[in-house]
Amino acid sequence: MKEGDYAAMTTAERVLARASGRDKVEPGEYVTAEIHKCMCHEGLAAVYFNLSTAGIQEVWDPERVIVVLDHWVPAPTVRAATVHQLVRTAVEQYGIKHFYKERGGISHQVMMEKGHALPDELIVGTDSHTCTYGALGAAACGIGITDMTYAMATGKLWFMVPETIRFVLQGEMAHFLTSKDVILKIAGDYSAEIAQYKSVEFTGTAAKRMSLDSRMTMSNMSVEIGAKFGFFEVDEKAIAYLKQKTGKVFEPITFSEDAQPSEIYEIDLSELEPQVALPHSVDNVKPVSQLERIEIQQVILGSCTNGRLEDLQLAARLIKGKKVHPGVRLLVIPASWDIYRKAMEEGTLSVLLDAGALILNSSCGPCFGSHMGLLAPGERCISSTNRNFRGRMGSDQAEVYLGSPATVIASAINGFITDPRKIGGNE
Amino acid sequence: MKSLEGRVWTFGDNIDTDAIVPGQYLDAPIDEAVKHVLESVNPNFAREVEEGDIIVAGRNFGCGSSRENAPAAIKELGISCIVAESFGRIFFRNAIAIGLPLLNCSGISEKFSEGEQALVRLSEAQVENKSRELTIDAVPLSEEMLNILNKGGMLALLKEIQGKN
Repeated sequence: MKEGDYAAMTTAERVLARASGRDKVEPGEYVTAEIHKCMCHEGLAAVYFNLSTAGIQEVWDPERVIVVLDHWVPAPTVRAATVHQLVRTAVEQYGIKHFYKERGGISHQVMMEKGHALPDELIVGTDSHTCTYGALGAAACGIGITDMTYAMATGKLWFMVPETIRFVLQGEMAHFLTSKDVILKIAGDYSAEIAQYKSVEFTGTAAKRMSLDSRMTMSNMSVEIGAKFGFFEVDEKAIAYLKQKTGKVFEPITFSEDAQPSEIYEIDLSELEPQVALPHSVDNVKPVSQLERIEIQQVILGSCTNGRLEDLQLAARLIKGKKVHPGVRLLVIPASWDIYRKAMEEGTLSVLLDAGALILNSSCGPCFGSHMGLLAPGERCISSTNRNFRGRMGSDQAEVYLGSPATVIASAINGFITDPRKIGGNE
Repeated sequence: MKSLEGRVWTFGDNIDTDAIVPGQYLDAPIDEAVKHVLESVNPNFAREVEEGDIIVAGRNFGCGSSRENAPAAIKELGISCIVAESFGRIFFRNAIAIGLPLLNCSGISEKFSEGEQALVRLSEAQVENKSRELTIDAVPLSEEMLNILNKGGMLALLKEIQGKN
């Protein structure tokens, strides 16, 4: 097939057309596509159970399955330990090569930094934030256990070809503004449903200026606006990242000018203020400047959304020489053990530790409300994570606010939700 | 595919997967998890729901996590079908995959009150309010989805494929 056939397609159309052996696909069409990679976390235990029940003893390609333990690391209960035990059994039985056990970190970060997520690949994972890999141009989305059972048995899965919406991000952001503020602003202005069943493409001068760490935050949270995929272009920054992680040189991929997104939104970021999502939905967003004094008892800096080196460094710059407010517990959770090590070696973790942070092991932590650092009734937390649904982080009588790494750290210092520009730091 | 008739439970917009199955019950056995389904939204639901009942909901039902426990727990409680203005994408996929019928139906939330009787014709993508004698068109399911639902889910389909090999 000629490469030119794909020139007028959106990224989602191109990947799904190739993966289903078609020269053309239309939004709304159903295709059966071949999967490049499957990512499983603890969900593999249930997949293993399903496959065994169906009498299936092997997976379609053990080289293409990547397994990472991240949700209950280390196991806090006998039940979780038993799930891990089943995962180890499955990994051994299927001969899965890429198994990161407890020493990888959060699955999505591991997929990116170990070179498993590549441009134009179709990747499915047993976690909704699998869309993170769109930052490197991969068509990646979350699926459930039963779909994964089918995918791992056959290497194929049905997909609806999604419409595409494009966000053109322009303008230079002010100091202490991050890509988290951008994606929260988009959720707040356009709703948590703007991209329902759709693919998102982020482009524009501000998108091109963003680091890979920053792009991953936006691709990661694409699912919070309903999206199936959240792509950035594969530019020289992405190519450099991929070269470092895989040793291979990838071709640039720009979004087609001839493709037909169903909607295009231009957003000027030059006047953007720090944004916070209020309880209990991601699109209940206000600029920090419009908030009353909201006292908090817990602050989380971490997760697959904002636990990367850039996030920890920004936090350290802001808090250096200051202390966490005595009424606050600050939990810092690096997104991977590679990040943990780098942050340790360069002194970033020491700064956070000196300021009064608890440094936790790399894992999903309290983000999804089933491991350490949960909230009591009546408590409030501001978190750099991705969801603030009622009951998400413990008690359903607790409140979770979402903000950027800068905003959560400024809030940890003051004890109430604070505009990071008021703390200033050393910039 | 046969019609589904049942008493209606109504829910609003943006019912997320954490509301359906809270994270603290994620690693619990399904018979324990079901006791807490939607408890923060309607504490009576899990106690009073009966086999064959139907959920009518607003926009973005099941948004959030990829946890399959969410549709699985709803199915386990006996819900026969969910009709909503729209669904979270992964929830929708998961429901199809485990054989829980569901339909996207614009305007549905204004057409039902709790306790009314609904009749859902899946193949025709029609929802009838038997209590008010009105019928609403929903978005048709694809042939592939109807096939999966007819078989009882993706696992049944997989077993069938395996049997042929």
